[in-house]
Amino acid sequence: MNFYVDPAFFVLAAVAAVPAVVLGMREKPLFGYTLAVSAAFLVLLFVYDWMQGAFFALFLVLATVLFLWVQRLFAHDSPRAVPLYRIALAGTLAPLVVYKVAAVFDGNLLGFMGISYLTFKAVQVLIETRDGLIKDMSVVDYLAFLVFFTPFTSGPIMRSRPFVERAHAPLPRPEYADGLATGILRFLLGAVYKFVFAALCSWAQWFVPEVIGSGSLLHSFGSEVAIAFFYGLYLFFDFAGYSLMAIGLAAAFGVDVPRNFNMPFLSVDIKDFWNRWHITLSHWLRDFVFMRFSRACMQRKLFKSRTTTACMGYLLNMTIMGFWHGITIDYVAYGFYHGALLALCELFQKTKFYRAHKSARWLKAVSWGVTMIAVFIGFSLFSGQISRLVLGG
Amino acid sequence: MDAATEERLLALIEDITGEPAIREERDIDLFEEGLFDSMAAIELLVALESEFGVSIAPTEVEREEMNTVNLIIERVGERL
Repeated sequence: MNFYVDPAFFVLAAVAAVPAVVLGMREKPLFGYTLAVSAAFLVLLFVYDWMQGAFFALFLVLATVLFLWVQRLFAHDSPRAVPLYRIALAGTLAPLVVYKVAAVFDGNLLGFMGISYLTFKAVQVLIETRDGLIKDMSVVDYLAFLVFFTPFTSGPIMRSRPFVERAHAPLPRPEYADGLATGILRFLLGAVYKFVFAALCSWAQWFVPEVIGSGSLLHSFGSEVAIAFFYGLYLFFDFAGYSLMAIGLAAAFGVDVPRNFNMPFLSVDIKDFWNRWHITLSHWLRDFVFMRFSRACMQRKLFKSRTTTACMGYLLNMTIMGFWHGITIDYVAYGFYHGALLALCELFQKTKFYRAHKSARWLKAVSWGVTMIAVFIGFSLFSGQISRLVLGG
Repeated sequence: MDAATEERLLALIEDITGEPAIREERDIDLFEEGLFDSMAAIELLVALESEFGVSIAPTEVEREEMNTVNLIIERVGERL
């Protein structure tokens, strides 16, 4: 059963939400019930593909063992805690890396639906255990965090500490009811985004007349631009719609899933864009890749200037994002491209010209226009449209 | 926090933002005003560790709890 696609999912989700609402409105703990529902949904997710199910179980065992090991190492202040933690980190990342590499050769090894998102969650717990922010997380809490079903397949990426905190402190009735009401609206809005707007954009995209090789150059350029435009809108409505449904459904279980999109098409620069588009992914990478990398560079004084450090950090951060999407020319180019855009943005914002005019309306307007063109070119890289045009095929 | 430490901290934030006005405008949101970004935040954390002996992990404090001059002083004060 595909989440948020198969009609059965919606029916079962509605049925499962009813007891949750009854418990939530009576201020009863939802933790146990939510865990049971999540387990049932994951069984349904993998029931028709036992191999994926087996890979998922393997991942769960591996990640849990490594997490418990790391937590013990730091609890006992082991002198070898840091090097061993690195091994555990590599072990947690290994299934995702193997899966992505195997996909290059058209195979499925260790992969299952949700592996990319699950890996992020498991890695966050490990890193924060090393930082001393997570000390006594129980196995049950850890598993409940990993398997919580509404954002399981494609995010938004949650953080463990707010999840655990909320899980053990049932909300007062008015707050739960408020969250539920907003959640229902978000779920419905998400459904409209995905099943109406995204569907329309995808239809419009195919409705653009095929003129490649026949019409004038200008005409074929125009139709490619139209395809890129509708694809970008489709991507937004599809993913933002899915995210809203995952957030809305979670509210019934009293779980706060963070926002994933915040009007990305109003971004005035590319940094602004990444604070508005796939927010939980970009913030995860910001916190656990970019900030760690730039901190290490500064502590070791690897680069002379702050700006160079930032630019290298952006390139690394976004290239990793590209690889995370998949090891294909399109995804890696998409990641590197956004890294380069962020670096250029950083350089521009350090100029005297920018500092003198940054509040000017005209600059904001021009900057918005340039950002939107850059963003849609990015979508076009992501969709494979650009490599099709450049390489043919 | 004593006056000398506070002055050192203000000098550090002024140096990172390049904006002397932060000494007066202590309650403005540094991220919102474009004076701070992730890079500046890391610069601050690294300097806090090396110059003040205060170590704060990148995800230890929520951004809303450390996004103004006064909040930074408060968070550092708790850890000195």
